[in-house]
Amino acid sequence: MNAPAEFFNQHLIDPEICIRCNTCEATCPVGAITHDSRNYVVIADKCNFCMACVPPCPTGSIDNWRMRPKAAAYTVEEQLSWDDLPAALSDSELSALGGDAAVVSTVSTAPSSASAESSAGEGTAFNSAAYGATVPPWSAAHPYTNLHAPKAPTTATVVGNVQVNEAGTANETHHIVLDFGHMPFPVLEGQSIGIVPLGTDAQGKPHHARQYSIASPRNGERPGYNNLSITVKRVVEDHEGKPVKGVASNYLCDLKTGDTVQVIGPFGSSFLMPNHPKSNIVMICTGTGSAPMRAMTEWRRRLRQSGKFEGGKLMLFFGARTQKELPYFGPLQKLPKDFIDINFAFSREQGQTKRYVQDLLRERSADLVALLKDPNTYIYVCGLKSMEEGVVLALRDVATQAGLNWDTVGQSLKQEGRLHLETY
Amino acid sequence: MSGINYSEKIPNNVNLSEDRTLQRALEHWQPNYLQWWNDMGPDGSQDFDVYLRTAVSVDPQGWAQFGHVKMPDYRWGIFLNPAEQDRKIHFGDHMGEAAWQDVPGEHRANLRRIIVTQGDTEPASVEQQRHLGLTAPSQYDLRNLFQVNVEEGRHLWAMVYLLHKYFGKDGREEAEGLLERNSGNADNPRILQAFNEKTPDWLSFFMFTYFTDRDGKFQLCALAESAFDPLARTTKFMLTEEAHHMFVGESGVSRTIQRTVDVMNQLKTDDVGKLRAAGVIDLPTIQRYINFHFSVTIDLFGADQSSNAATFYSSGLKGRYEEGKRTDDHVLKGNSYKILSVEDGKLIEKEVPMLNALNEVLRDDYITDSKGGIERWNRVIEKAGIQFKLTAPHKAFHRNIGSLSGAKITPDGRVVSEAEWNAKVGEWLPSNEDRAYVGSLMGRCVEPGKFANWIAPPVMGINRQPVDFDYVRFN
Repeated sequence: MNAPAEFFNQHLIDPEICIRCNTCEATCPVGAITHDSRNYVVIADKCNFCMACVPPCPTGSIDNWRMRPKAAAYTVEEQLSWDDLPAALSDSELSALGGDAAVVSTVSTAPSSASAESSAGEGTAFNSAAYGATVPPWSAAHPYTNLHAPKAPTTATVVGNVQVNEAGTANETHHIVLDFGHMPFPVLEGQSIGIVPLGTDAQGKPHHARQYSIASPRNGERPGYNNLSITVKRVVEDHEGKPVKGVASNYLCDLKTGDTVQVIGPFGSSFLMPNHPKSNIVMICTGTGSAPMRAMTEWRRRLRQSGKFEGGKLMLFFGARTQKELPYFGPLQKLPKDFIDINFAFSREQGQTKRYVQDLLRERSADLVALLKDPNTYIYVCGLKSMEEGVVLALRDVATQAGLNWDTVGQSLKQEGRLHLETY
Repeated sequence: MSGINYSEKIPNNVNLSEDRTLQRALEHWQPNYLQWWNDMGPDGSQDFDVYLRTAVSVDPQGWAQFGHVKMPDYRWGIFLNPAEQDRKIHFGDHMGEAAWQDVPGEHRANLRRIIVTQGDTEPASVEQQRHLGLTAPSQYDLRNLFQVNVEEGRHLWAMVYLLHKYFGKDGREEAEGLLERNSGNADNPRILQAFNEKTPDWLSFFMFTYFTDRDGKFQLCALAESAFDPLARTTKFMLTEEAHHMFVGESGVSRTIQRTVDVMNQLKTDDVGKLRAAGVIDLPTIQRYINFHFSVTIDLFGADQSSNAATFYSSGLKGRYEEGKRTDDHVLKGNSYKILSVEDGKLIEKEVPMLNALNEVLRDDYITDSKGGIERWNRVIEKAGIQFKLTAPHKAFHRNIGSLSGAKITPDGRVVSEAEWNAKVGEWLPSNEDRAYVGSLMGRCVEPGKFANWIAPPVMGINRQPVDFDYVRFN
């Protein structure tokens, strides 16, 4: 199921329209834009799609995207040599590349999931990212962003650090509460912050900031206080399973109450929750991808408690390897059933068949269809990159099997800011 | 820092409300500014609803808010880029010391002069362009003109803020002076001569925004390095807006060329007479406009040897373009630089101390940058399959400042006699006839989606709006 995810929408600048004004390079918070005397170009593996460069561009040349196989991303050198943008790959070219990629991956990752088969079977590369909205829901609150730039981080104090899954599990996950004192750091559910780990990297340069989703609602982890929480998994191995100590996650998980950290942000202006009465929220996540879901759920819980807000349906699809590894399992169990409809999927629970969140989505298709038909439904996906494709495909299948036209549904979800994807 | 206090009369992110004296001074200045805008701003357009970009804060999402507003209601405000913590001076004699949050007494006069000179250009260009709206080639272009105008107005605000905040009574008087001088006024002209010239037609406007606003960019870039931190932060934010002005220029000339080469291909001719009969601007005329605007603009950088430039640099008032990205010692004592002069009828290079040649350094950086756009214009011609190349004239051509002032040098860099110059100048600079012809093309064309015959439509609209969007509602 990783195969289609090998494609990505590469961010490019149209050299025919660009006037080389340097605004994008000056704006980019992660240094992903560079230039020579000829062109301004985006460094594919640095760009984090934050879109900060898009509104300031005076020409619109910045807003160009090409679907590419990850392995064949346009290099900086290629882009610097362009006089105009290359043509987009046609559907048949894409599917040719996608077909090949799917074969390679099914060989290397057995067994293949239903979603990979269906996409390979149809011979088209399914691009889940194409359905992700870049606009917020119409009733989203207006977010503050970039109040504290990378060059001028603000200081927060650790006022709490607890493990939120069972001690001794492989994926040790911490809930860390940061207090900003009197410094402004207004946030909304779904936004993220950047933490600059202490010390320097192997080259002696200061570490770059790592991004974490906020796990607490807008009025604070503790209501009325200038604090927020984040969910951090201690990284002890890389994607291939080789032992490696994650710089930022270990730094954060080892923090003591009273320690201070350097924080930048907040970031994010589209992955935001709806605030109008009767709006439904479907949340699909794995692991620490639960952070924004916890934030949104908690905000709705507080509103409900106030008795002044008529919420819609909340549905949560939450995947982890085992129940013990699942962050916030205990607190989640305590939420009333008429408040939130919770569905867990465990992929490595002993003596049970592997279940993924997309399996859950298919199981609950009857309820999901009703929600998909409702224009007040907002869907949020957060977790590992590898889940995104499967989840969006499952949504497509659920819609299609109920006789809905996915092209229409998917388009309106995207255009109305109702499907938000945040995977890493 | 980025939060804007909307409740105040003057939108700002500088905590204006905490400085009552300053707030009152600015509130006093504001009605005078609006009076100036009504008297000297875009002619007959004050009641239009214009699709404008307004800065409401300085972060990437906040400074590009689009909507229809009447220009006199535009929210001219005061925005500084966020402060960099513990910023240090990174060039000149004070290198390594903390950047100044206030004006050191010994640099007061020079800083004031720099700020007033910069500030004076902003309203000047609004005045120069005030009649252009009457001959706009499209609604899209009309909107772009107005956007440039309101942003020049905001840049004036930015400079006036610095004058009021840091220069006391002198500053307040200078701020009044900025509204009293007028472009082309014989009794009380604008400070720099280029800003007293007319901008008679849209080709001139595009050339002006391409070449002359680019001078603005380079001056702002140099000031963005300043040891005087409020000036550095103000100019950094102005640069993001300046980019739009250069876009208007570069794309405007590019679209003019596009239309010309399209008609050249339709009629299969490069005959100037036939092209003019067809109502487009022939490439040789465009070249002459380039020669004029390029040469007039590079004069704005000042004399090629200047002790003032050395003082400004060494004392930390004004850096070089991209000072922070350069790898020399940032003090420049003992370095030298080559400048041009004419000796015995020949152009020669001579080495002078770099500190004295910093105007020339900035001019050369500017020249490199502006040649890039000319190359991009050439690509439009090339793509149409036409053999013609636009070029920037030689740096010594048609200069009126510094050691090259008045020298008779051709666009390709040959020193010629007065007689030859007089015989050929019509080939090099726009003649009265050229200007009259271009002027004759200027007629108002403002139906949505329609474009005057001499210019091609843009490839895309503003802020992802369609090209035929109603960018201006005339009411």
